[in-house]
Formats: sequence, C-alpha cells, structure tokens
Amino acid sequence: MTKKRNIVIIGAGHNGLICAAYLAKAGHEVTVLEARDQIGGGIAPREFSKGFTAPGLAHLAYPLHPKIISDLEIGNNARSKSRTINTISLSKSGDHLHLGQSSASGGSLSSEDQEAYSAFKKEFLAYAKALSPLMMNKPPRLKNMDTKDKITLAKLGWKVRFGLKTDSMREFLRVGGINIYDVLNEVFDSEALKGAIAADAVIGHHMAPRTPTTVLTYILRLFGETENRQLTSAVPNICEALATAATSAGVNIRTQSKVEDILLSDDQVTGVRLSNVEEISADIVVSNSDAKSTFLDLVGVQDLDAMFVHRISKSRTNGDVAKLHFALKSLPNFTSLDAESLRHRLLIAPNMRYIEQAFNPSKYGEFSERPVLEITFPTIDNPALSPDGQHTMSVNASFAPYALKAGWDKKRKTFTQKVIDTVAGYAPGFESLILDHELLTPVDIESEYNIKGGHWHHGEIAIDQSFMMRPIHGTAQYNTPISGLFLCGAAAHPGGSINGLPGRNAAQRILAMTKSGDV
Amino acid sequence: MVQIGKTNNYDALIIGAGHNGLTNAAFLAKAGLNVLVVEKNDYIGGATVSRELETGWKYSNCSYVCSLFRPEIYQALDLGRHGLEVVPIKGGVTFMQNGDYYGNYHHHEIRRREIARHSQRDADAVIRFDADLMKWCRLIRGFLLRTPPDPTSFKPRDVMEFGYLLKKFHGLSESQLYEFMRFFTMSIGEYLEEYFENPAFLAHYSGGSVIGTGLGVYSPGTAYVLLHHAMGDVDGNVGSWGFAKGGMGSVSSAIAASYTNFGGEIRTGAEVSKINVSNGRATGITLASGEVINAKKVVSNLDAKRTFLSVMDKDDLPSYVIKRAENFKIRGSSGKLNIALDGLPDFPALPKGSPLTLGHMHFTDSLQRLERAYDDWKDNRWSADPYTDTLIPTQFDPTMAPPGKHMMTVFVQYCPVNPEGGWDETKRDAFGKTVIDQIAEYSPNFKDLIVHTEIRTPKELEAEVGLTEGNIFQGELTLDQLLFNRPFPGYAQYRGPVKNMYMCSSSNHPGGGVMGAPGANSAREILRDMKRKDTTPEDFGDD
Repeated sequence: MTKKRNIVIIGAGHNGLICAAYLAKAGHEVTVLEARDQIGGGIAPREFSKGFTAPGLAHLAYPLHPKIISDLEIGNNARSKSRTINTISLSKSGDHLHLGQSSASGGSLSSEDQEAYSAFKKEFLAYAKALSPLMMNKPPRLKNMDTKDKITLAKLGWKVRFGLKTDSMREFLRVGGINIYDVLNEVFDSEALKGAIAADAVIGHHMAPRTPTTVLTYILRLFGETENRQLTSAVPNICEALATAATSAGVNIRTQSKVEDILLSDDQVTGVRLSNVEEISADIVVSNSDAKSTFLDLVGVQDLDAMFVHRISKSRTNGDVAKLHFALKSLPNFTSLDAESLRHRLLIAPNMRYIEQAFNPSKYGEFSERPVLEITFPTIDNPALSPDGQHTMSVNASFAPYALKAGWDKKRKTFTQKVIDTVAGYAPGFESLILDHELLTPVDIESEYNIKGGHWHHGEIAIDQSFMMRPIHGTAQYNTPISGLFLCGAAAHPGGSINGLPGRNAAQRILAMTKSGDV
Repeated sequence: MVQIGKTNNYDALIIGAGHNGLTNAAFLAKAGLNVLVVEKNDYIGGATVSRELETGWKYSNCSYVCSLFRPEIYQALDLGRHGLEVVPIKGGVTFMQNGDYYGNYHHHEIRRREIARHSQRDADAVIRFDADLMKWCRLIRGFLLRTPPDPTSFKPRDVMEFGYLLKKFHGLSESQLYEFMRFFTMSIGEYLEEYFENPAFLAHYSGGSVIGTGLGVYSPGTAYVLLHHAMGDVDGNVGSWGFAKGGMGSVSSAIAASYTNFGGEIRTGAEVSKINVSNGRATGITLASGEVINAKKVVSNLDAKRTFLSVMDKDDLPSYVIKRAENFKIRGSSGKLNIALDGLPDFPALPKGSPLTLGHMHFTDSLQRLERAYDDWKDNRWSADPYTDTLIPTQFDPTMAPPGKHMMTVFVQYCPVNPEGGWDETKRDAFGKTVIDQIAEYSPNFKDLIVHTEIRTPKELEAEVGLTEGNIFQGELTLDQLLFNRPFPGYAQYRGPVKNMYMCSSSNHPGGGVMGAPGANSAREILRDMKRKDTTPEDFGDD
C-alpha cells in the first residue's frame, strides 16, 4: 500500500466526514478540524430555543448514495428510522395536491395530468441516471485527459446514446439546457402541479421557473432519487451515522478548532494554523469549506495566480434562501389537512407565476412579498426535539437575497412577518401558536456555518459553475493549484445536497494521486 | 388537377420571397434549375423590406440594420453588382439618467478614453473583453454556413461533421474550452459583470443580447446571443453594423435581381393555401386562388409554425412534427416605431456636433433597468421603461426622406404579443407614447419634430410581415432551438418530414438576423439530393 500520509480535513460537515472516513479506511492518518462546537455542519441538530431543536440547515435529504453507504458500512445505521415522505403542495381552497415519487393525486388533477406525471418522472429519472458516470467521478478534463477521464466520458456517451432510446436522447439534448417553465407547460395543464415541480427545480438556487438551466437543476436534484431512493426526514441520523463511520475508521475529530490559515512553503501545503495559533502539520490538507473561504481567506491571495483569484472572487455564491425555525404550542391547523399529512413536506408554491414573482425582487436586492415556502415538522417523527405536546416547525423561505439592499438588520422582523402571514394564509391562527422563532438569513448562515454568501450549495449550480467548471475550471478535479491542497465540499463537483458525492469523489482523487505519487 | 401552361412544372418552388427564400432560390437557379418563388404580398422582401408609408419617407419596415448577412453569399450572388451597398454605422451612445452619457466611439482609442472617463478599470478590462469576444465570433462564424450534424446518427456524414466541429474546438487551449462553455451558457449580465463595473457601459453592451428574444439580461444563454449581434461585419469590421442604402429592401431586391438574372421567376400576390402531398411526397402547392402549381421540390421559407400548422395538412405529417411545431417557441417580444421627423432632434447631453447620433442610441443605463423591462414582459405588459435601439439612418442615406427631413427607427424591447385583453388602438398608442416619452426625456425638441409615427406591436409585425407572433428570429434562440435542435431535433438538416419538401427560413439553423445562411444551407441540401453541382459558398472561415 502507498505511504501513509498525514491528512488534515477542514470542516466536519457531511462531505468532510465522508472524505475522512474513506481516507482513514485506506490507512491514512486523518484529523478533521471543525470550527463549531459540534460536528455535522448544515445537518447538525440545532437548539434554536430553550428545549426546541431543529435538524439544522437541511431538514430533508435523499439518502446518501448507496455506494457510500456500502463502502463505509453505515447501511443500517443511516437507513433505520428514516421514513420516506411525500410532498403536499398546499392550496388556499383546501384542495391540496399530493405528490409521490411516481404518482400524483388531489388538487383536482385530470387523469391526463396524473398519467403525464408518472411518465414525466420516469423520463427525467432516466436523464438523471444517464448522468451518473459524471456524478460518480471527478469531472473529466476536456483536454489532457487521463485514462479515468476517458473512461468517464466513454461511459457518459454510452449511457446517453444507448441508456436512453433515440427519442429520449433527442429530448434530453433538447431540454437539457433550457428552463423548466417551458417544459412543464408542454407536459401539464394543472398550474398547481407545474408550480410544485418548478419549486423543486429552483429551491436553493437564485433561479425561477423561467430561468434557463432550471431543467438541469431539476435533473441534478432527481439524481437523489436514482437507485430507488426517496426523500426522507432522517437528516440527523445521517449525521450520527457518519460520525460513527468516521471515528470507527480511526478518524480523529476535533471540534472548536477553527482553521485560520493554510500553511504553505513554496506552493506546497505544510499544514494549518488554528485561531488559537496552534499549528498542525500535514502532508495533505483537504478543505470542506467553500472555494472563496478556502482560497481567499485560508490560503490567501498573495500565494495565488491573479487570474485564478479573479475568477474565484467572481464566482456567484450568494445564497437566496432563508431558514426559519418556529417553536409552536401545538401543530398548526392547515385548512382541510389532517395531522397525518403534516409528516410530509408541505410546499407553498401554488403556481409558476407565484414563484417567478417571488423571485423577481431578489434580483434587485429585495426579498419576496409572498415567499415560496418548504415546511416540515421534525418533532412529529422525533418528539424528543421539543417539550411534550409542543412542536418545532422548520421552514425554507425563498427568496431572501444575501445582499439585501436595505440591510438585513433592519428587515429581519418584516421578512419574518411576511413568512408568518404566508403560512397563516393556509393555516388560520398560525401566529397565535408561536412561542419563539429564529431566522437564519444567508448572512447569518454565512457567519454561523462559515459559508461565504450563505449559499446552500456553496455556490450557484448554474451550468457555467458545474461539472468541469465547479467551482471554477482549473480546480475542478478536487486538486488545486497548491500541491497537497484539495477541495471536498459542495463547492466541488457535483455540488450541494446531502448525497456525499463531493466528499467521496475527492477521497478517490486523493487516493489515486497519493498512489501515483503525485502528492 | 388543373394544369396551367407548360411552366407549371418547376424543378423547385419556394414559398415566401423573404431574403432567405430568395437566397435559396438564387442558388438553385444558379445551378440551372427551373425555379419559382411565390409571395403572398404584392411586394417582395418579407421582413427585409423598405416601403414608403408616409409620402417622401422610406422606412425599413421591419429589420432595420444589416451586419450578419454572410459576406460569402454577398460575393457568390454578386450582390454588389446588383445594387446592394452597405454603409457602416459608426459607434453609438447610451444616455444616462444623470445627464451624462457613454459614447461608444468607433475609433477604439477614443472609445477607450471614453470608457476610462467612466471607469479606468473597465478601460483596462475592455482590451481583454474585445480579444475574447473576437475569439468566439471567429469560432462560431465557422458553423454558420454548415448543416448541423444529427447527434443520434451514425451516418458517415454526421460523424464527420461532428469531427469537423471537434477539430474547430481542438484549436482552443483547455482553459479557452471552458471559457467558451461558460460564454455559451452564461447570462450576458453576469458574463459582462466579470469584466466591467460601470452600469451604463454594462447596459450598452448587454442590450444587443436580448433584442428580439424572450429573455432578460440575467437569463443564462444570453451571453451567446451577443454573438448574433456582434459577429456581423461590414468591410471585415467584425462587430460593426451597417445600413443598407435605400433601406433593408435593397438587400432583398439585390438578391432578387441576382436570382432573376439566373433565370428565376417570382410571383407576388400569390398566397399559398396548401403544400400538396400525395403518398408521402410533396408534389407542389395550391394557391389561395385555387390554382395548383407542381414542382419536384417544394421549399418553405415560412417559419416552422406556419409551415407545419397552416400550409400543411395534419394528415400528411407525423404526430411528432405537429407536437413540436405546436410547442415551437416563437414568442414575440419586440415592438418598433418608425418616426418621420421634420429635422434632426437635439440631444443636449452630447457635445455640439457629436458623431454619436450617427450610431445606435440607447436610453437605458443599467442592467437592473433592462431586467425590470423584462419582468414587465414576463407579466404580459409592455415595458414601462423600455430598452430601445434607436437610429436615424437618414444621416447616412438622404434618399430615405425628403431634403432636410429625417427618419428615425426605434426598435423596442419588450412588447408582449397579447397584453391583458388583447391589443387595441388605445393600447398601441399608449405603448408608443411610453417610447416617445422616454426619448423626449433626452431630446427636448423631439416631440415637436414628429411628423408621423407608425407604431408596430408584435401583432402588426405578424399581420404584415408574416412573422408568427412578430418574433424577428422566426423562433427563439434558446439552446433547445439551436444547432441540431433547430427547428426540432431530427429535422435540423433542412429536409421536411415528407419527401421532396424542404425548409429554408430562419426557423432553421443558424437562425435569424438577416444572415441568408439558412437559405444557402438549405439550397446545398436540395442540390445534394438532386445530385446537382453545389453552387453555395464555403465559409471564408477566418477573416
């Protein structure tokens, strides 16, 4: 086996832990340094009010990719307790739309729309599957490819040409680069159905249904449903499972260890310096942090090429979603919605125009008058998260731009009120149930979770910031211009969401490069 | 079937005497075919037409400037000799709300000094920007006069064509490859913001990317559209635009002259009601008059919607084609004002005798204002604060107005096809007033000089010119309608779904902009199928 390396990983988010576990399993000496006092980053539970806990930033996730689950032997641990959930798109009239993985009901859907939905999901899942060689490997370089890149491209070509039928391939090539708005208008009649699907395509992004490339963001989201996976609310379990997997693999995890500097000697990492000036030497440093923090803050511009710095600082990383947690006396009463339904994901995105109009202001540094909401009640599955009979409500609210013109300090109350009013529009009397709440704007997310711009995905998932251009070209294969420094977070391909692939792909890249002696 | 005379059996018959139909016909006639072009209007030119709509004033009715027209075609059809003369437009200006202006001077040194007046940083960045843009122009130009390959096909020709495209890209360095992918997929706003900081300058350069499209300056994919407006050239000046002397009509009349010179026939006032198909083969057309004309090949220069949904019989077509035609994106988003002026309006913001009024004039000085104009259109309203491309061609071409008088053409972005409750006189005038008021803010004597204003909403453009929804590109230039996807996947090689039927309009690759390329490419395919000598030009490649 290759020489044992001393590896430091910055950030104990899920990708950092996954990367660490892979590297430790391969026999390397791995230390994970976490700035916060708990591990898990965005998927760590969070007590936002005395006695009330929420799953943290991510309240929903597709299960980790099965490859990771089997590689790290965390199968049962992660899958147990996890319960698949559906989407209920709320309607003021009470005629709510229920969306399962392959079937839709309610919302007075026509039988045509119901059939179209199943066919649509099937078709788009096929597109997502066709992309799997790209998702499961380092993005191939378009020139100076190594063998692995050639294999990836060959597999990708094969899957697109023969994994899809000729007509599907044509359709894939037609819609791949356009907006979800046009596609959904072709396929469905129900405005509610179009709204619900479009919401999935844009949530977490600075995009609206009419923004070209929202078909791609939707396909990338659907990748989470490949391998028969379904959306679950079991995020905290993933966090535990990964911690166990890492530590049992021999990873040493240190919390409250904020890295201030990545130490170099002539373009080669030598270690890191913590905020308490402690220095830790390492042969390899892997950053699970976003690209701007990693290069502009931790490495420092003086050690980097000017054009590289320019492109990093120009990359679009401003978040456009706010997180709200509510401590509630009891579960709210949504118009003609039974308590059982509250186990599922509630969506307030009644139609595509609603989403588009919620998005428009965010282009000018203003938040939505009527935001798009994604709502869950974690305490239904896990009563321990709140005092008896009381509940935690977790809300993702779009759109709430990082760079709010008026400044967030002045506008927190106003925005929170808009969210409350929006919910109350579907659950009369909601406001009276609120005991306490917290609002995490992208600015708060930036400071609390050390993510520049507070973007879920550590950077916008637009085509020009994806694949071999993520976070920017020149550092898209997980290694960086600094020898011995790697990226393993959502800033790297294939980007955000809780699939763990950036961490896994990065680990494979590092192992390959240590094996070949390139590091 | 009625048989009329011996001429009633043509080798090829083209529907629509727009510039692409005429270009197509000219190359077929040049190859010695017996060709007929039928046109519904009693004048030729389609969207490239000059007409006298107010005594003494000649207007370029729809398209108004010329640049993308392929020099290869100009040469092959000898259009110079047939009376086409293009005068380069020099520069342009964006007026700012604070009373200042950005002057996009033609001379690059002066231009740089002007940019520096607003931002030294931008003046430095513009060198990098110009070089990059030129690179992409040269790359893309190589694809315009070629038939797009079918990505699902393994036919040697398609595979070889892909080989050609790859070879083109192979010339780029690795980072240039990625930069091109980014350029191709980014929004013009975000793309330019990577170079520049000055709002007026950003706005000046972004406008071209949304002209004629149903997209905003922050819509991914618009950076590429910039090429459709930047890759044109006049006398080899890449990126510069020109006026056709005598209006855009002289483009089509020159092509027509060249075509008839090759022995081609044109019939105006002949509206087609149907393309005749018998057992899977096009046999000719039936005119509204009921007259039947037979031809070995029938070529439609109508946009994809009209071709497949109005002049062809559903029963003759595969359901896939009908579905794609119904969903073909051809949304109108632009309006136009043609204004007869008693004299040259003053623009006090500019120094006396400034050459800037000779070029494109814009009154939108930030990307935010451009994007808000788009938001209005998304909600089916015309822009309250529109983006306009305003020109006064009579400064170059006095023949277009009575002595001392002037003609102003104002292209307006955005204008909806069907505002709440549909278009009527009042709405149309209100739309026109919005535009005139905007210009008047920067030119105090403008309103007093107006002799006559003609307001064109998408509705009029459709009715007069026959552009569905008034879309000037005969189909949006989004990734699902480009290259091998234009007009639909599987039909991007100019051959129709029935035998002996072809398409040559801007609904086909490489799309609109008075390029003539679809017409020429389609002719190449027809001649190929007829085993005739190819009369269409190779692209110059780099110039």
